[in-house]
Amino acid sequence: MSIVIALLIFGLIAVVFGALLGFASVRFKVEGDPLMEQIDALLPQTQCGQCGYPGCKPYAEAVANGDAINKCAPGGDDTIKRIADLMGVDAIPMDESHEQDNTPKVAFIIEEDCIGCTKCIQACPVDAITGAAKQMHTVLIDECTGCDLCVEPCPVDCIEMVPVKQTLQNWQWDLDAIEVVQID
Amino acid sequence: MESVIERIDKNKFFSFSGGIHPPQQKFLSNDKPIRPLSLPQRLILPVQQHIGNVADILVKPGDKVLKGQPLTAIATPMTVPIHAPTSGVVKEIKKASIAHPSAMAELCIIIEPDGDDKWQPRKINTDYHQLSKADLVAKIAQAGIAGMGGAGFPTNIKVNSQAGVKYLIINAAECEPYITADDLLMREQAPTIADGIEILDHMLEPEYILIGIEDNKPEAIQALKTVTKHLDKVRVCVLPTKYPTGGEKQLISALIGKEVPSGSLPIDLGVIMQNVATVFAIAEAIIHDIPLIRRVVTVTGTALKKPQNVWALLGTQVQHLLDQCGYQHHDQQRIIMGGPMMGFTLPSLQVPVVKITNCILAPTNREISPASKEIECIRCGQCAEVCPSNLLPQELQWSAKAKDYDQLEALNLSDCIDCGACAYVCPSHIPLVQYYRVAKAEIKAKKVQEAKAEKAKLRFEARKKRLEKEKLAREEKQRLAAETRKNKTKSSGATGAVAAALARVKAKKAQQDASENNANAGSSAVNEEPATNSVKSAAAAAIARAKAKRLAAQKTTEKAADISRFQRPNDTNDTSATNATDATYTETVKRPSDNKPEGEKVDSKAAAIARIKAKKAAAEKTNVVSTSEPKAANAPVETQTQEDTHALKDTHAQKNTNTDAKADNKPDAKAAAIARIKAKKAAAAKTNVVSTTEPKAANAPVETQTQEDTHALKDTHAQKNTNTDAKADNKPDAKAAAIARIKAKKAAANKANLDKASSEIEPVSKEPTSEKAVTAKPESQKVDVEKANPTTASSEEKIVSANTVSETKATSSKSAAKTTQRKSTANKTSASKTAASKTTAKVKPATKKATSKTATKSAVTKKASAPSNEKTVTKKAAEKAPTKNTRTATKTVTKKTNAVTKTADQANTKAATKTTAKSAPKTATKAATKTAAKSSAKKTTVKSTVKPATDKNANAETDIQTAAQASEKVTKTKTPATKTSATKTSTTKSTVKKAVTRKRTTTSETKVKAATQKASATRKTSTKAKQADLFDESALASDKNNNAQVKEKTSKTLSAEEKKAKIAEAVKKARAQADAKKQQKADS
Repeated sequence: MSIVIALLIFGLIAVVFGALLGFASVRFKVEGDPLMEQIDALLPQTQCGQCGYPGCKPYAEAVANGDAINKCAPGGDDTIKRIADLMGVDAIPMDESHEQDNTPKVAFIIEEDCIGCTKCIQACPVDAITGAAKQMHTVLIDECTGCDLCVEPCPVDCIEMVPVKQTLQNWQWDLDAIEVVQID
Repeated sequence: MESVIERIDKNKFFSFSGGIHPPQQKFLSNDKPIRPLSLPQRLILPVQQHIGNVADILVKPGDKVLKGQPLTAIATPMTVPIHAPTSGVVKEIKKASIAHPSAMAELCIIIEPDGDDKWQPRKINTDYHQLSKADLVAKIAQAGIAGMGGAGFPTNIKVNSQAGVKYLIINAAECEPYITADDLLMREQAPTIADGIEILDHMLEPEYILIGIEDNKPEAIQALKTVTKHLDKVRVCVLPTKYPTGGEKQLISALIGKEVPSGSLPIDLGVIMQNVATVFAIAEAIIHDIPLIRRVVTVTGTALKKPQNVWALLGTQVQHLLDQCGYQHHDQQRIIMGGPMMGFTLPSLQVPVVKITNCILAPTNREISPASKEIECIRCGQCAEVCPSNLLPQELQWSAKAKDYDQLEALNLSDCIDCGACAYVCPSHIPLVQYYRVAKAEIKAKKVQEAKAEKAKLRFEARKKRLEKEKLAREEKQRLAAETRKNKTKSSGATGAVAAALARVKAKKAQQDASENNANAGSSAVNEEPATNSVKSAAAAAIARAKAKRLAAQKTTEKAADISRFQRPNDTNDTSATNATDATYTETVKRPSDNKPEGEKVDSKAAAIARIKAKKAAAEKTNVVSTSEPKAANAPVETQTQEDTHALKDTHAQKNTNTDAKADNKPDAKAAAIARIKAKKAAAAKTNVVSTTEPKAANAPVETQTQEDTHALKDTHAQKNTNTDAKADNKPDAKAAAIARIKAKKAAANKANLDKASSEIEPVSKEPTSEKAVTAKPESQKVDVEKANPTTASSEEKIVSANTVSETKATSSKSAAKTTQRKSTANKTSASKTAASKTTAKVKPATKKATSKTATKSAVTKKASAPSNEKTVTKKAAEKAPTKNTRTATKTVTKKTNAVTKTADQANTKAATKTTAKSAPKTATKAATKTAAKSSAKKTTVKSTVKPATDKNANAETDIQTAAQASEKVTKTKTPATKTSATKTSTTKSTVKKAVTRKRTTTSETKVKAATQKASATRKTSTKAKQADLFDESALASDKNNNAQVKEKTSKTLSAEEKKAKIAEAVKKARAQADAKKQQKADS
């Protein structure tokens, strides 16, 4: 008899907890992939495609699904580290196939050479190039992510990537002047 | 607890935590009055000297400007204008190095003073009380006043606060060890400062005005107390000297004992703080209309001979200031802008004084040692003790070195005021504040980057969305274009098909005319002569055909014209396509005519070729028609079926040719030809009618045309069938039957025409694809059935009678003609059944009876016809049955299935009659159900029929086969050899028997004929409804026939050909029926 009671009790408990879990799974259901969203937030959003994916979000998705975390060239080691922290994996060095230089750049169109082919406009992932067919194009520097996707399609090579100009707003103190001496 | 004011009145003050007491160096400069400087060689005025946005420049190089003239405009509240500090000429506007640790070049207006120092017209305002608050704020804004304590926050915004200001604090603490600018200003300009305080009081209406001042400025304190004696609100609060009392938050804590929470502003505590220099500037701006063009700068340091406070015009280069104060340059000399605690080393002496510059410090190395080498933190914790913001400088330092910005934010780095107290006390000489500055800049940059990334993300997403939208739009456009193209091709193809059909019909007409005489003669000679007149008649037929085709071509052109008229104006292609088709036709027509002069045989060949071509074309058209079906054909089976159908059609075409060829050889063929011609005439008439009616269906011209083409083809088939019948004429029974059929068809054609004419709207509803047609069929069937009902009733009776007669006669065996008739009858009956069931329950019983009778007859016939055949038939049936089922799945197949169903119905009925009376009603019920459920129901019926007894299927199939066989037999009968070949086939035996029987039973045949006629009429009506079904059926039948043919072929090629022809004929019949149905559908 006691066995029956025990079984009943535990069965009841199981049912109760099952119901609780079921309710919780419905009530607190998380829409979408939170990990992907978090990774996406860490990526620089240059949409450059250097990782081999068409944009940062697809790469975030790929990383969430197990792809290597060291493919984001614009993000650099900082991004790798952050993604590693987020995912609880070891930070690995930047994929060697990727450019190491990740100083912020923006595209610059040498306007004298521009023939107005609109190819760069079509290539720009963030619509940061303005212009029309047979009209000179120019880059909206504030919108340019420096992905350099527009450089390749230009038939006259009139687009170059220039480092972002330093202004008072983005100026950085030079810390190299400060020397650190280790105490023995 | 005493209030803040009570405490202040008692000279009791709060204190802020931390703070340091660096050695005071104010004595260097606080004992000399403020000295006005000589005009510098040039003034460099950075456009932006404040926190906020860059203003628009109002001047251009070469402009003459007067003192106090604004150089930039106020665009937004966060922009502060700059003014010409003296009269002169705008030399250039360019980027120049500014007072910033980076010595970065920023846009500057460079003015060359003319030495006149001529003011722009000023309006001195003695009574500012007359002005509204808004006016005062505007004046302050126009005066370009920004916080002169160090931050450069636009003052107009600060003084434009809402009501509720409790304390207005005037910051006169000036805690930096070297700076005495405010001290001197207070000493010398106390009345003006008092005016400024009154103005602010007027504007802000605070409860109290607290002047915070350190106790190391006794003269200034005295001066302020003197000038503010009359102001009750004002309290001069003398605070102990401690760095950094002059910090906004620190001063607030010290005065009112409240800490400004992190992330909020003093105004949240009801406090507004103004620097004393700002207050002075406000007073000057409001009262004397002097914009902010100069300021007091402490130029101090032991490296200077004459450290002093000077009135420096904004834009004066640091070099000039130093020069005025006895500065002797040497390479190691550092010049610090700002105080020793918070200032920065200037990278160049050419930078200008700006609104926030309060001190230029030129210390000796002994005074302030150059940045000593940093060594490791020893965790002494002194930095934390002195931090006025209660932060943890040590941890901040580590995090800053590790670039752990999240941690820095967690440690509230943003609350650091860069006072440098921590660095001052650090025994390891760690430039902590430098690390913080860097970290702050990094964090700021990171935030900017994040914002940019967010923007980029949004833009990327937006672009993706846009591209997606564009892609969809493009696809839609392409799809529409493709559709239009397809429609065009279809219409052109359809036109071609129609034309071909017409041509054929006409040719046949002509043939008929030409060979009528021959036929008369031929019919008599049919049985006797194997192939005497064949060549001649064939030639004649060919000629006739060619003529007919010409006519047809003309007609086609007319049609095309009509069509083009009714089609959309845009569809020029259609017309062109039609023209092309016409051309093709003409070609086809021409060839025979060209060939005519040549040998008759050649003619016949040519005619045959022409025919073949025409048929091919027709077949193609049919293909086109059927191509629309494939849409419904998801299953390969269907496609196959269609292909089969196409193949069959082709075969038919060939068969027709063959038949023609045969006809050439055989006298019988003449008769057949005649029959054909007649039928074709009828068909032509139909087609004509159709063509005339077509235009009305202009909305769906293509479809209609296609359908019509199909109809035409079917007609042709029907005609061929007729031909076969005509061939059967050799045998009296067959002839009679054929004649009857032909007549019936004519009638049917007329009906069809009428139907079409009456209901041309249907075509429109009749899908572009045959699918729709299929779906539409059931409906049309109903209509047809309804129409047919009256006829059906009568015809049924007749049929019944005929059947009965035939039954009796056929007890032993039935003739091929009968079989054929039976089929038709059966079909009719089935159709009528369906019709009856659909329309009324009353009709049903009769129909059932009739059907059952017919069924019985046919069943009997079958039985009688060939016991041996049964096996083969059964096998075939079995084979076919599955195929049928499979096909049934598809709509296209449904047609066939319907046809089969009909046959199956008959078979069922037969079987039912045989077995039990019950089954007959069932069948009837089934039929009814079918009608209701339409195609699906039909399928079910077929299945059910198949299930009950393979025999039934076999019967049904047998019917078809028998028909084919019959025709074959007829042909065989014509040719002895053929007979023999046919005899080989199991079916052949029965056929022969039937043939024999036919001869015997002429009377029955006659009856049968009558019945057939009626039935044919009925058929046509009902057939129309089921046309598609029949079509398929015919295809099936033809398949079967083909199989049979193949077998036969192995035995004899001739027989095979004949069989094929027969099959083709059968198929054609079925098609004709289908056409009729379609027409009816269209009508309905």
